[in-house]
Amino acid sequence: MSEILKLSDFSVSFDTPRGDLHAVRGVDLSIAKGESIGIVGESGSGKTVLSRATMGLMPSTATCTGTVEFKGAVISNLSRAEVRKNWGTGMAMVFQDPMTSLNPVRRIGSQLMEALIVRLGMSKDQARARSVELLERVRIPDPYAAMKKYPGELSGGMRQRIVIAIAIACTPELLFADEPTTALDVTVQAQVLELLAELRQEFNMAMILVTHDLGVVAGQTDRVIVMYAGQIVEAASTTDLFRNMKMPYTEALMKSIPRMDQSSGQRLRVITGRLPDPTTPEPGCSFAPRCEYATDKCRTEKPPLVTTQTGHQYRCFFPIGGSL
Amino acid sequence: MKKAQSLLIRFSQVALVLLGATFLVSILIRQLPGDVSLLINPVASEAERASLRHELGLDRNYFSAYWMWLSRMFQGDFGFFIFGGKVLPVLKTAIPPTLQLIFYTQIVALTVAVPLGVTSAYKQGTRFDRFTSTTLFSLSSIPNFGIGLILSLIIGVKIGILPPSGYKPISEGLLDHFRLMVLPVLTLAIAPISTYTRLLRAEMIGALREDYVLLALSKGLSDRRILLRHVLRPSCTTLMTSAALSMGGLIGGALVIEIIFVIPGMGTQLAKAIGMREFLAIQTYVAFIALFYITFNSIIDFLIGVVDPRTRNRRA
Repeated sequence: MSEILKLSDFSVSFDTPRGDLHAVRGVDLSIAKGESIGIVGESGSGKTVLSRATMGLMPSTATCTGTVEFKGAVISNLSRAEVRKNWGTGMAMVFQDPMTSLNPVRRIGSQLMEALIVRLGMSKDQARARSVELLERVRIPDPYAAMKKYPGELSGGMRQRIVIAIAIACTPELLFADEPTTALDVTVQAQVLELLAELRQEFNMAMILVTHDLGVVAGQTDRVIVMYAGQIVEAASTTDLFRNMKMPYTEALMKSIPRMDQSSGQRLRVITGRLPDPTTPEPGCSFAPRCEYATDKCRTEKPPLVTTQTGHQYRCFFPIGGSL
Repeated sequence: MKKAQSLLIRFSQVALVLLGATFLVSILIRQLPGDVSLLINPVASEAERASLRHELGLDRNYFSAYWMWLSRMFQGDFGFFIFGGKVLPVLKTAIPPTLQLIFYTQIVALTVAVPLGVTSAYKQGTRFDRFTSTTLFSLSSIPNFGIGLILSLIIGVKIGILPPSGYKPISEGLLDHFRLMVLPVLTLAIAPISTYTRLLRAEMIGALREDYVLLALSKGLSDRRILLRHVLRPSCTTLMTSAALSMGGLIGGALVIEIIFVIPGMGTQLAKAIGMREFLAIQTYVAFIALFYITFNSIIDFLIGVVDPRTRNRRA
């Protein structure tokens, strides 16, 4: 039993005035202890919903079906009070925007110490000492002073380090990092990613890194999952994915990364069109309307998720490089 | 250094508002119809009236008359009643009942409104939420003198568990003091309870959607803890501002309620003074009411800074 998390046929839909909105559709996924996987997709592909719903952090308007197993136990049918016991100590999350994810009216120290006191039963002094250690660990200069500060007095990069410190405070075994660097300066992005990688090693944490940036995923993950319109469209080990891309969507994502070796003044590559309307599922492949290789078959029939001998999965009738 | 500076600015603001308020009132009082000298001595001759008017400063212009009152205030002379007596002893007995009435009302309003607001926000859209908001809305749409009369009649006279009217200072027994205060405080508190509850509910619902609530949730904290520690605090600055602003309405309301419940406070005295054209007394009363309003607002401003660090730099 080395699996820490296993999703089977996991779907999430929202009850909206326009009908059911299917944000995540039939995802199967398993993550080993200490493994790092990346979930990649554009805005609206369901990656954030997937990570939040897996943790159970969903509003009551969302309906989740399928099962989520955490450390061998099914948690998807538990009450909120039961699921909550895993939060912080079992799984934790780093949020996208450090400008809004810290409480603006409470000091950094109290926000850090809170979980240590409430969840781990530490005394105030123990919690304070541990918080300072954590701040040192995430490389906050002068942690004692930082403990007394309010979030508004710190920069974005600093705040994100503090959010990370809060997330790892109770040594979770699984860390969700939901676009942890999107809201940060490019110069700070690399530092934060490096920090996450170090902490993962140190605490032997599994990590799910949610991002729209294939570049972020390339350096940080063992495995990559590409999502489109709430479905997994390609999944492979990171090296395999970048070496042997199967899915036209992944290729399109790759091509839309601006390149340093291109001469300036060129138009940036984009994926034309938009994500399909999640309230009205289309008959064929959901990427077909935007795919440059799409045929009539793609528009009328749904491609299944194919698994190759090497474990490379893709959802396409006409994969790049041919089907093996 | 910076603190001393901002305090100085604060004090000069207070002084300026006080001067402005009292000067405006001194002009307004002069606009009241009727000749005071005639009220004092209806059969006075023209010469006698002129000398009376001179004695009272009524023949001076606005500025000079105001200055007369102001310079006397600074010398500790709070004015006199045209019909005899000094203002100061009346002030001394009239201020405590009014202050008590207003403070009790604020305390009651906040202790009722905060839990109601928090619960309605948490149980947004449930029967509890809808029941609370409809009840408060309908109660707050009755004018407070109406509520006062109804309460006094039903609870005070028909059921008779509480005295229908009257006032006793704390020195004459705490129980009696509070028994007499229940009905007027309840009457005055209904409107602010309704305002505070609705404000807090709306603010909390907004704050519950914030990312930091999700982060707090993901730490595994209980709903109760999140509501009270993470949501209530950023939400209550609006509530505090509203409490400060409602002070004006409460003072006005207290003046009416005092008359209904026969409380010898500032309201009763002010009504009397207006009726008798006691312009010096009115001016002093208004100065005290303004001073009280400004002091309370300054305290709230300071407290908001304590509660919400984001507002600290904006002030001063």
